[in-house]
Amino acid sequence: MASVEMKNIVKKYGDGFPAVNDISLDIADGEFMILVGPSGCGKSTLLRMVVGLEDITSGDMIIAGQRVNDKAPRERNLSMVFQNYALYPHLSVFENIAFPLRLAKTPEAEVREKVNAAADVLELHEHLERKPANLSGGQRQRVAMGRAIVRDADVFLFDEPLSNLDAKLRGQMRTEIARLQRRLGITTIYVTHDQTEAMTLGDRVCVLRKGVIQQVASPRELYEQPVNLFVAGFIGSPPMNFLPAKLRNGTLSTPFGEITLDPKRSADIGDRDLVLVGIRPEFFEDASLVEGDKKQHGSTFRAKVDVTEWLGDSQFAYIPYDAPDEVVEQLKDLSRELDSDQLRTQAIVSIDSTSRIRSGREAEFWLDARKVHVFDPATGENLTRDPDAGAELTRIAAEEREEEIAEARESGLTVEG
Amino acid sequence: MSAKERNWWIVAGIVIVLYALFPIAWIVSLSFKAPADVANGQFLPSVFTWENYSQILTGDAAALFLPALRNSFGICLIATFLACILSMFAAYAIARLDFRGKKLILSTALAVAIFPVISIVTPLFNLWRLIGLYDTWPGLIIPYLSLTLPLSIWTMSAFFREIPWEMEQAAQVDGATSWQAFRKVIVPLAAPGVFTTAILAFFLAWNDFVYGISLTSTSAARPVPAALGLFSGASQFEDPTGATAAAAVVVTIPVIILVLIFQRRIVSGLTNGAVKG
Repeated sequence: MASVEMKNIVKKYGDGFPAVNDISLDIADGEFMILVGPSGCGKSTLLRMVVGLEDITSGDMIIAGQRVNDKAPRERNLSMVFQNYALYPHLSVFENIAFPLRLAKTPEAEVREKVNAAADVLELHEHLERKPANLSGGQRQRVAMGRAIVRDADVFLFDEPLSNLDAKLRGQMRTEIARLQRRLGITTIYVTHDQTEAMTLGDRVCVLRKGVIQQVASPRELYEQPVNLFVAGFIGSPPMNFLPAKLRNGTLSTPFGEITLDPKRSADIGDRDLVLVGIRPEFFEDASLVEGDKKQHGSTFRAKVDVTEWLGDSQFAYIPYDAPDEVVEQLKDLSRELDSDQLRTQAIVSIDSTSRIRSGREAEFWLDARKVHVFDPATGENLTRDPDAGAELTRIAAEEREEEIAEARESGLTVEG
Repeated sequence: MSAKERNWWIVAGIVIVLYALFPIAWIVSLSFKAPADVANGQFLPSVFTWENYSQILTGDAAALFLPALRNSFGICLIATFLACILSMFAAYAIARLDFRGKKLILSTALAVAIFPVISIVTPLFNLWRLIGLYDTWPGLIIPYLSLTLPLSIWTMSAFFREIPWEMEQAAQVDGATSWQAFRKVIVPLAAPGVFTTAILAFFLAWNDFVYGISLTSTSAARPVPAALGLFSGASQFEDPTGATAAAAVVVTIPVIILVLIFQRRIVSGLTNGAVKG
């Protein structure tokens, strides 16, 4: 168990391109930290620098109070789960899990005991004598985790461990990893490009873009108080809608009618000719289903629905809108950067599953104005971010987390499996 | 594949196998013919006889053949072993490390491999006599290494490249030194490649004639292919065809056994299950 501190970490490749640029990040003992970002943002490189598979160009990597920049991977006492598992195909599952112990020359009896304990946790008992080639994807994944937990490592590192599993298994393993980490209470760094994993697993999430940290915060803060367009667009599924708007006297004129901002927020921004309004899909609703007194918090507008998707518990509607060329261009760049490819300017709105709104018809929608964010289209900066509210969310998350860990450690002795 | 197509493949396969095996069958048949029977104009001997075999194993030719057999085995096994060890390290470095002159090494190896043996054998003969390697085991092992190493490096580096990098990195994170990672993870994974290379290298050395005949003069180091050329008939008017054929059959047997043993080890897909599948 240990904390990890990164101070001004830089990674430059031979051609001088900084894959990781001046990253400073403190990860507390027992914390579950997620590094997230689209492909090529430097998250895997950063993880590999922590474990020592990649040289650090400049900056300090401090694990458990010791600078490890010049230490070989084996001297750092970390364990890592690779994206493709990297199991040893010539060894049985038992020997795969026992491999780190064998290297450490652990006595046979202790090896048996520890491997069996790990196999208990991961339910691998009946597979111990099999070779990795005969296992399913999920089982291989568990063997890789077994190899990581069998040793008393200071920090667990995960490099996109679930990206090779199918969707259903991914969900199960996600829960499994969360439970395991809570139980063991070991500092964990987890790299993913999947924002669902980031939201559900992390105590704190570090969003990276082109080798630079955008925001480090609890998932809730990222969701409710994103620092810029990039974070806002990356976190949340379906993603936040960005509508072009003109701001005059606290009133935003958007393609979906006028939205009135509360006085405090509009005062912060002042008048602008062009801003982007970030509205999460769930801020919309079918106007006919909104109760009377709630309605006053937002505005209503009429729009033609392109497509609806009914999912049983929820329903999405796609509403196309027109936007100035410069905004269209910028939104396209953003969506490309976020690894998605939005072809048309359309808003995705989440409406109640009982709504009778259907494709191809015009319908009336209600828009909750209280939580919308306003972004500067040039810099991407969030003009309406409330840092205090955000910090409060992260503080609450940290508190809850501490309670959870304390509870887990207390009851850890009696919990089985 | 339709039934018709499959039949064609079977027919074509049989034709090719017959074509390839016919000379061997002929040699086998020759080895069972008495000297007078060799030119009988038919494929099978009129009378089966073990005379040729007894001649090379216990008779006149035994003094020539048996030491040659021992030499061939010893020299080829040592040359193969050395080639495998050396090329394993070389290939690992070529596959894994980035260093200057990597391309140069590979192309030099290729150049050596295509260099005609006959053109260096004369200078080598003079040099070996000068430094006392003529007609010794090392005197053949060294040129055999020049035959086997280039090929071994090329095949082995291809095998090493197939092994995912992560295997080694995982071992290092698990606490292995580079040497331990190489020995405990990379070498076992490369085993099929090593065996394939060993077989190829062994054949190359085993089949060599030019070095064998030029760099030896007595049964101290003369290998089998050279010894075969020195067989003589019962009289100077008689060709030692039957004895040569019998010896050829005898030297083919170890090669066949070797392939059968190692064939099991050359299991493709040993790396299955290492990474996502």
